[in-house]
Amino acid sequence: MTLTRPARIGLRLVALGYLAVLLLLPVGLVFEKTFAQGLSAVWAAITTPAAVSAFWLTVEIALIAVVANTIFGVVCALVLVRGSGRGRWLLDVLIEVPFVISPVIVGLSLILVYGTTGWFGKWLVRHGITVIFNPLGMILATVFVSLPFVVREVVPVLREVGTEQEQAAATLGASPLQTFLRITLPSIRWGLAYGVVLSTARALGEFGAVLIVSGNIAGQTQTLPLLVDTRFYAFDNAGAYTAGALLAAISILVLLVMTATAPDKRRL
Amino acid sequence: MAGGPPPGLGLGIATGYLSVVVLLPIAALVASAFGGGVGASWSAATSPVALSALKLTLLSAAVVTLINVVMGTLIAWVLVRDSFPGQKIINAVVDLPFALPTIVAGLTLVALYGPDSPLGINLAYTSAAVFVALLFVTLPFVVRSVQPVLHALDTEMEEAAASLGAGSATTFRRIILPNLVPSILSGAALAFARAVGEYGSVVLLASNIPFKSQVMSVFIFGEVENGSPHAAAAASVLLLTISLAVLLAIRAVARLSRGGHG
Repeated sequence: MTLTRPARIGLRLVALGYLAVLLLLPVGLVFEKTFAQGLSAVWAAITTPAAVSAFWLTVEIALIAVVANTIFGVVCALVLVRGSGRGRWLLDVLIEVPFVISPVIVGLSLILVYGTTGWFGKWLVRHGITVIFNPLGMILATVFVSLPFVVREVVPVLREVGTEQEQAAATLGASPLQTFLRITLPSIRWGLAYGVVLSTARALGEFGAVLIVSGNIAGQTQTLPLLVDTRFYAFDNAGAYTAGALLAAISILVLLVMTATAPDKRRL
Repeated sequence: MAGGPPPGLGLGIATGYLSVVVLLPIAALVASAFGGGVGASWSAATSPVALSALKLTLLSAAVVTLINVVMGTLIAWVLVRDSFPGQKIINAVVDLPFALPTIVAGLTLVALYGPDSPLGINLAYTSAAVFVALLFVTLPFVVRSVQPVLHALDTEMEEAAASLGAGSATTFRRIILPNLVPSILSGAALAFARAVGEYGSVVLLASNIPFKSQVMSVFIFGEVENGSPHAAAAASVLLLTISLAVLLAIRAVARLSRGGHG
């Protein structure tokens, strides 16, 4: 489709204007509001004991969730693409659930299973295990919401690379493990990396699901997104903007990695 | 299966993990919605307050999805077919809503459209706040779904159409659009699903004013906080059923359009 020059530039301006007003303006403003307080105030707000503890809890939970979902994601993608067993359709449907379900509903469902009045509540209490209002529940919530990313990125790559090389390796006497490590894993590495980055972004920023199951106790079960929320409702706007800017800075870093690992189709 | 765990083992691990992480909580949700005082739970989930929240949720999700269909396709076109300096940066910026935590998205919107708005636009506690937040978080879905298809689309047919005297509007409508419809619809479905369940970006600016700015996720959260998990579960099942029905309908249309155009 060849457009006249004015028409093309018109479309370009509409697209850029929309992105600027909707995305760049508000995000830029948070940084502006943060640094308007001065650097020392910014440093003080992100080094309070609550903030430091929230930072590390966020990183720990995201790390556990991403590692679990990466291992599961590769196994599940192999089953979906290469497997022959019945019941694969059920996996295909269940994988999509976290994309369709509200984070609030995820949190509620976990309470209904692991809360004191939930399905396993009495058993857990008897054995002295606390899931809800404890980091364990927050990990479960984060695993749930960041589940589909690795699977969804690895499946199309696995389909595309086919099985010829794997079969050749097997013919030459490689064990299934050797074939996986030397042939399959290297050929899916970019799809895998992109999936890992997407899950990391989601895991670091999860709010609704984690809020419900965490109890949001400063220094114990408070992640960075929860700290933003707490400071906002405590009318500590400067503190909220600073914690928000820290999270935004982390996500811009993630965005850069995302762009570097994005599948070729999306590259310009 | 070459290059992987033995078939039975892999399927077992994947199914087991999904059952514990996803299936078990959903089963508990459904059981809670239908067990223990069914009448009371469902009357709370279908009370005027809940139905008003449901209406606002579905209506704003639908409008936001339609805007994404138009703007997402336009942005994808500009990113693939146009060329200008800084295009790669703009391409990366589109992913910002995927990378940014929802609570930070909410905070940025408070900064711009809150009581201290530098633009003088105060949307706090209104349904317009819901709308703006949903536009923000759902922006990448249609763009990212259309972009690869547009990229792979051969320009030969378009050139043929143009050489036969078709204007650019006709070429777009008759040649490009039919090829894009399935990907536009799948992006729209994801955007709609996200919009229906969104919480973090909405709650700071829109807050939870019943009959005015309260969406379903905020209503459900309130029920949990009030110690009524059964009512919350009933409302959740209602919301999930409706959004699943819409998703299946969109998928059916996508399949039909794919069948019609090869």
